[in-house]
Amino acid sequence: MLGRTLREVSTALKQGHITPTELCQKCLSLIKKTKFLNAYITVSEEVALKQAEESEKRYKKGHSLGDLDGIPVAVKDNFSTSSIETTCASNMLKGYVPPYNATVVQKLLDKGAVLMGKTNLDEFAMGSGSTDGVFGPVKNPWSYSKQYREKRKQKAHGENEDSNWLITGGSSGGSAAAVAAFTCFAALGSDTGGSTRNPAAHCGVVGFKPSYGLVSRHGLIPLVNSMDVPGILTRCVDDAAIVLGMLAGHDPKDSTTIQDPVKPFTLPTSADVNKLCIGIPKEYLAPELSSEVRSFWSKAANLFESEGAKVIEVSLPHTSYSIVCYHVLCTSEVASNMARFDGLEYGHRCDINVSTEAMYAATRREGFNDVVRGRILSGNFFLLKENYENYFIKAQKVRRLIANDFVNVFNSGVDVLLTPTTLSEAVPYLEFIKEDNRTRSAQDDIFTQAVNMAGFLSCLQDCQQ
Amino acid sequence: MAALMLRWSCLGKRWVLACIDGGSRHGRGAAIGLTSRRKRGQSSVAQQPLIAVQKSRKGEHEWAAVVGLEIHAQISSNSKLFSGSQVHFAAPPNSLVSFFDASLPGTLPVLNRRCVEAAVMTGLALNCRINKKSLFDRKHYFYADLPAGYQITQQRLPIAVNGSLAYSVSVGKKPSQVSTRTVRIKQIQLEQDSGKSLHDEPRSQTLIDLNRAGVGLLEVVLEPDMSCGEEAASAVRELQLILQALGTSQANMAEGQLRVDANISVHHPGEPLGVRTEVKNLNSARFLAKAIDFEIKRQIHELENGRKILNETRSFDDKLGCTMPMRDKEGKQDYRFMPEPNLPPLLLYDTASLPPGADPQQVINIDWIRERLPELPGKTREKLIQQYGMLPEHSFTLLNEVGLLEFFQNVIKETRAEPKKVTSWVLNIFLGFLKQQNLAVNESPVTPSALAELLNLLDRKAISSSAARQVMDMKRGNPRAINKLIGLVRKATLSRADPTVIKEILERKLSS
Repeated sequence: MLGRTLREVSTALKQGHITPTELCQKCLSLIKKTKFLNAYITVSEEVALKQAEESEKRYKKGHSLGDLDGIPVAVKDNFSTSSIETTCASNMLKGYVPPYNATVVQKLLDKGAVLMGKTNLDEFAMGSGSTDGVFGPVKNPWSYSKQYREKRKQKAHGENEDSNWLITGGSSGGSAAAVAAFTCFAALGSDTGGSTRNPAAHCGVVGFKPSYGLVSRHGLIPLVNSMDVPGILTRCVDDAAIVLGMLAGHDPKDSTTIQDPVKPFTLPTSADVNKLCIGIPKEYLAPELSSEVRSFWSKAANLFESEGAKVIEVSLPHTSYSIVCYHVLCTSEVASNMARFDGLEYGHRCDINVSTEAMYAATRREGFNDVVRGRILSGNFFLLKENYENYFIKAQKVRRLIANDFVNVFNSGVDVLLTPTTLSEAVPYLEFIKEDNRTRSAQDDIFTQAVNMAGFLSCLQDCQQ
Repeated sequence: MAALMLRWSCLGKRWVLACIDGGSRHGRGAAIGLTSRRKRGQSSVAQQPLIAVQKSRKGEHEWAAVVGLEIHAQISSNSKLFSGSQVHFAAPPNSLVSFFDASLPGTLPVLNRRCVEAAVMTGLALNCRINKKSLFDRKHYFYADLPAGYQITQQRLPIAVNGSLAYSVSVGKKPSQVSTRTVRIKQIQLEQDSGKSLHDEPRSQTLIDLNRAGVGLLEVVLEPDMSCGEEAASAVRELQLILQALGTSQANMAEGQLRVDANISVHHPGEPLGVRTEVKNLNSARFLAKAIDFEIKRQIHELENGRKILNETRSFDDKLGCTMPMRDKEGKQDYRFMPEPNLPPLLLYDTASLPPGADPQQVINIDWIRERLPELPGKTREKLIQQYGMLPEHSFTLLNEVGLLEFFQNVIKETRAEPKKVTSWVLNIFLGFLKQQNLAVNESPVTPSALAELLNLLDRKAISSSAARQVMDMKRGNPRAINKLIGLVRKATLSRADPTVIKEILERKLSS
C-alpha cells in the first residue's frame, strides 16, 4: 500500500479499502524502521494521528475534502508549522516553535493532509548534499537497495556495511528520502538553485519546481527571496500535479504571488507529444557530465523523437556566467535575510550579557554553521557601497541576460527544454565531503540554478523508471 | 567646553558676530560691535573674552550658516506600514506587535494602502512630483530596536520628489515685518519606524518595546535652504500645520509623531560649504531653534579658533542647552542598501493611465486624491484675511497657536461684535492672558461663549473696554475687581442699570 501513488491510495481511502488511521500508522511505523536514514528531524506522531482520526470521521460521513484527505505528507523543516518545532537544521532555531503555519502548509492541512513530520535539510537550505545540517546528514534510501548493495559487494570487500552510504543530494534531502522510502506520499521541499530537483534526481523521485510567483512563500523561511519557491516531491508526475493544484494561487500575504486566478487542471492520461518542440541546450553538454547521465539524456531525447516530438538543439549563451551570478545574488540576499537572527525575539541566545554587540556576535557565531557564516560575510562584502555597483548590480544585469536567454528560446517555438539535473548519479558521502560546501554547490547547481534566476518552472523525473 | 555668550542676528542668510561682552586687547582684530562693558569674575559660561582674529578684513567675520532638515512624521493610520498590527500611542509594551513586526522568520511585508495615500496627499500638498513608480529598499544596521536587522525604506526611488514649502519668518521687531521664504523639498519617502529602547542603567540592561516597530513614517527631506534656527522652526511649524490639515499625520512632537534631524554647516559667504554635522532627534518645537542656533555658534567658535568641524552626529541636551557628540556612532555606517525583494515596484496611476477594468481596491489614482485634498493652511489664512479683513501676521498667529483658530471661529459664531474687534481681543488680550498663565488654548478657563458674551456686552456698550479687560483680570482670581466692575458698568449705563442685576450677570459669567 505504501508504495502506491497518491492518486491510487486516495482512491483506496475513498473506497474504504484502508482507513486514514491505518495508513497513518503504517507510515509512522515505517518512519521508525527507517530512522537510520535521518530523513526526519521531527516526527509529529500525535498531531498526525489526530489529523488521521478527523479525516476518518469525514470519510465515514462521506464529506471527504478531496484527493489529499487522509494522505500522509511531510514538510521540509524550513517551512513554518504552527506549534511544531521548526529548526531549518540550525542551532539558531533549535527549540523555535512558530505560532503560525506557512500558507502552503495551511493549504495542505485545509485539504485534509496528514502531517507526518518535518524533514531534514542542509542548514538554512544552503547546500547540495543535505549533509550540513546540525542533525546530521540524510542517507539516500537507495544506499540500501539490492542493486547498490550488489554493486558495492563487487567493488570492495571487508567494508563496513554502512560506511559507503550515498548522499540524497540537497538541500531538500530529507523530503526526497521520505518520499523515496515510502514514508509519505508527497513532501514539500524548497528550490532556490535546485534544492528540490537535485535530491529528487538522487533519490529517484519526481521533483517539481513551480514558476516563481505561482505558489506562496509566506512562511517559507527564506534563503533568496527573489528565487525561492516551495517545491513538490512525489513518486509520479500525476501526484505532483494534484498537489500543485492545491497549492497554486495568489496569496495576499505574499506580495510576489501573481494576482491572476489559477485555473485548475488535470494532466491528460496519455501524453501526446507530436505537437511538442523540445530544445536541447548545447551549453549543458558539460565536460564534467558523467557518461551515464549523458547516455540517459540521449535516450530521453530519442524517446521523445520516436514518439513524434520535434527535438532541436538550442542555445542559452549566458549559461557559463550563471553560477557566479547566482553566488553573488544568493549570498547578498542571505546576508540580509540572516540579519534578523540576533537571539532577541526568538531562537538561540548566547550567555553573554556584556553588551548588545557582544551578545549579537556570540549568538550568531554559535547559532550558524560555517557555511551560513561564510555566505553572510560574502554577501555583506558584495553589498558594501564600494562594491555594490561592481558585484550586485552587475550580477542583476547578468541575471537579466540569463533570463532573456530562456525567453528567447521559448519565443522561438520551443515548448520545453530537456536537460540533465545532476552531473552524475548520487555519490557516496565519503566522496562528497572531500570538497567543501561552496565547491560542491558550485558544481552541482550547474544545471538547475539558471532556471531559478529566470523564474521558470522545472520538473524532473528519474530516467530509470 | 565653555559656551560663548554672543548675540547673533540672522539677517537673511548672514550671521554677523556681535560680541556683547569680553573686549579683546590682543591686537587689532577686535570683533565688531564690542561694548565697553566688561565683567570680570563672572562664570565662564556667560562671559569669555573673544579670541581675536589676527587680520581684520572687511567681511572677515561674516559667516553664513546652512541648515537642512530630515523630518520624520508618523502616518496617521489604523495599522502599520507593512503589517496589520494597530497603531496606538502609549499602549502596554509589546501589545501591538504582529509576527512580521517581531521579524519572525518566513513573514513577509504587505503594503498598507492608507499609508501610500497619505504619502501621495502630502506630496501633492507640498508641490512635489509624484513618482508613478517607486521602489522599496532595505537599509541594514544592527540595533536592538530593529528586529529584522534592516529597515524597509525608499532610497533609490522615493514616492515624491522636487517640491517646495513656503513659510514665514519675522524680519524685524514689528509683527508686521514678516517675510515669506521657500524651502525646496528634495523628496518624501515611505519607511518603517523602529521600536523603542529604554535604557535601564542601574541594571545594565535595555528594555525593548516593539509597539512602534513598523509604524509607517513619511520622511520629508528639506534642502539646506535655511540659515538659522528660527527659519527651521518656522518651516517645521508650517509642515506640521499642513500634515494636520491633511490628516496624514497628527504631527505632535511631544508624542513622538514628528521628529526632526538637522544638518548644519557654516562657511564664509562666497566660499564653499563647510563640513556639516547632523543633530539628531530634535523632538520639541521649543528646542529646535535653540539647538540649531547653538550648533551654528559652536561651529563658528571652533573654526574661529583654528579647529576643524568633524562630520559627526550630535544630540541636543536641553538641560545644558548644548549639542554633544553621540556616543554610539563610531565611524561612518555602510547601510548596505539592497532592493527589498518581497515588494514589487509601487505603481500609481492617474486618470489617463488607469488600466481599464482595474480593481479600485488595488490601484491608486493620483488625480482622484488631488481633487479631494483638504484646505491647506495657506488657503485658510488667505480666507481669514479676505473674510475678516485681518492682517497677514494675524492669520499666521491664529493658525500657529494650537486650537486658537477653532476658538476664534467659535467666538465669531456667537458674537455680534465686529470681526476686527474679535481678532484684536483674541490675539492680544486672550492670547496674552494665556501666555501669562502659561496655558494652552484647550486649558483656557475662558470659553469661546464667555468671550463672545463679553464682546457682545462691549459691543452694546453695556460695559467699557477697560471693564471688559478687568473681567479677564477676574479670571485670574481677583474677586475684588468685581465690585469695581459693577461700578464701571453702572457708570457706563449712565446709572440707569440696576447694580444687582448687573452683578448677577457678571457673577454668572465669571463663575462659568
